[in-house]
Amino acid sequence: MASTAHGNSAAAARLAPEMKHPDNSAIVHESNGKLRFEISHLNFFYGPKQAVFDLNLNIPKNRVTALIGPSGCGKSTFLRTLNRMNETIRNTRVEGEILLDGQDILQMDVVGLRRRVGMVFQRPNPFPKSIYENVAYGLRINGYKGRLHDLVEHSLRRAALWDEVKDYLHKSAFALSGGQQQRLCIARALAVDPEVLLLDEPCSALDPVTTAKIEELMFHLKDSCTLAIVTHNMQQAARASDFTAFMLDGKLIEHSETSKLFTTPKDPRTEAYITGRFG
Amino acid sequence: MSTTATTIEHAAPPHAGPRTFIRRLADGDAVAHIVTLIFAATILLITSLLVYELWINSHLSRAKFGFGFFVTRVWDPVFDNFGAAPFIYGTLVTAVVSLVIAIPLGLAAAIFLAELAPRRLSDGIAFLIDLLAAVPSVIYGLLGIFIVVPLMRTAIGPALKSTLGFLPIFKGPNYGVGFLTAGIVLSIMIVPFIISVSREVLLTVPREQREAALAMGATRWEATWQVVVPWARTGIMGSIFLALARALGETMAVTMVIGNDPKIVTSLFAPGYTIAAVIANEFTEATGDLYLSALIELGLVLFLMTFILNGLARLLMIATERGGGRHA
Repeated sequence: MASTAHGNSAAAARLAPEMKHPDNSAIVHESNGKLRFEISHLNFFYGPKQAVFDLNLNIPKNRVTALIGPSGCGKSTFLRTLNRMNETIRNTRVEGEILLDGQDILQMDVVGLRRRVGMVFQRPNPFPKSIYENVAYGLRINGYKGRLHDLVEHSLRRAALWDEVKDYLHKSAFALSGGQQQRLCIARALAVDPEVLLLDEPCSALDPVTTAKIEELMFHLKDSCTLAIVTHNMQQAARASDFTAFMLDGKLIEHSETSKLFTTPKDPRTEAYITGRFG
Repeated sequence: MSTTATTIEHAAPPHAGPRTFIRRLADGDAVAHIVTLIFAATILLITSLLVYELWINSHLSRAKFGFGFFVTRVWDPVFDNFGAAPFIYGTLVTAVVSLVIAIPLGLAAAIFLAELAPRRLSDGIAFLIDLLAAVPSVIYGLLGIFIVVPLMRTAIGPALKSTLGFLPIFKGPNYGVGFLTAGIVLSIMIVPFIISVSREVLLTVPREQREAALAMGATRWEATWQVVVPWARTGIMGSIFLALARALGETMAVTMVIGNDPKIVTSLFAPGYTIAAVIANEFTEATGDLYLSALIELGLVLFLMTFILNGLARLLMIATERGGGRHA
């Protein structure tokens, strides 16, 4: 396992605890050993209640990793530890190690971390500003002085929204449809050029056509970005992701290439879930 | 046609027959409708009665002074010469002073309580603030006389003169009572409204808005000031208008500290008078029909002012609401 494409003894040591997940070697191999996130022994608590249990997971670079599992299994909580968004909730605690490009994010400046790890939320949440200002917001707060307009256009193009809104840039963002608003939120997150984009059930409030648009968008985005998506739509995970992790009751049950996980699940609980027998 | 109708009537369950008036009353919907309608209409009725009474009873004054009443600077009961200008001026100045002090104070406190303070502390303080809002105004007047007036004479006045004394509003003798003192006392009275309502509104801002800003690398303050506060803007403005309405109409506390002198003076240290204060002070002593009529017309003017300011506030609110979608 350590010899796969890593050749880095430190990385190998970090991977060691994950021996119990044999599929990880495949993940490292498939992604040419380039990992964006390496998460080990992650525990998360809401007050006295533990929501994530000893979770070990790697998120490979320039791939889409999907997190699936029944409601309340801790998949959103886990996703939100990756940009330390859970810190905004009082009385929460995180234990373990989360490495982003080899650096521990828990030691990082949280503002800098969130600039590198963007997030799109379940419900579209544009600001009550114009479309243009929504996209420019991240650039402004990061003190960007260059050609704002070019970057706004570039971000809207990356989010496949430019053609629909280019004539209405100064209209309120609330005038857009739900799907357009969600793509605006993606453009807003992309404007600061994050290395990772976390998507927390981004399509749960959208219709199938819009969902398809966003899935296609994800496919294009992975050239320049690493994506992690929480979804309770298994078809979506199967269609749009390269790797899938199945969580249950705060624990990672199985993690492998999406095609493998959906065709030949190793764990009976995974099989039960993907065939709709519980959850 | 009629046969079909009869068949249907027969087919329907007995209680679904033609609904009589009594039946509808018994159902409750009609009763609720009528009762709430009556109460709603009462508000309209009271307002129109108020305006009607003020209009009729100010007849003498209106006939004699006409529109000149608004600009006449004399208030002379001895020679039956009355003008509203000093009172309008006093009312506006004290209201503006109180808002200038109370808005930043109230907004900052509300932001602290809603965004930064631990929830338990926030709730505890909010309870105290609601108590403050319920304190009778005469108590605030006493607070003004015993604390603010001496402070004004010994500390606030001299400090303002030595630092901002070059401004015309801080020139002239300082008696301790006057526009500024009244404005300060008013600000103490209205700040609880601003804090209480603004805090509630800030607490209702969706969590997603805050998170959206934070997720992009905004600091906590940037998220608060650039996203949470603008979202709550309409409600915060509402709290300010509520405060303004109280400042315009406040009588007791103001008359205790303003000096009760109907003059238009630039200096905020100078004594002045407000509409509400003069009505309360002179109504019982108003000898002569014209004097009484002039006081009632002042009441009409105050009503008009409140009406216009509230209207302007509404317009402002609509304008910023529209502007919200434009270039920041």
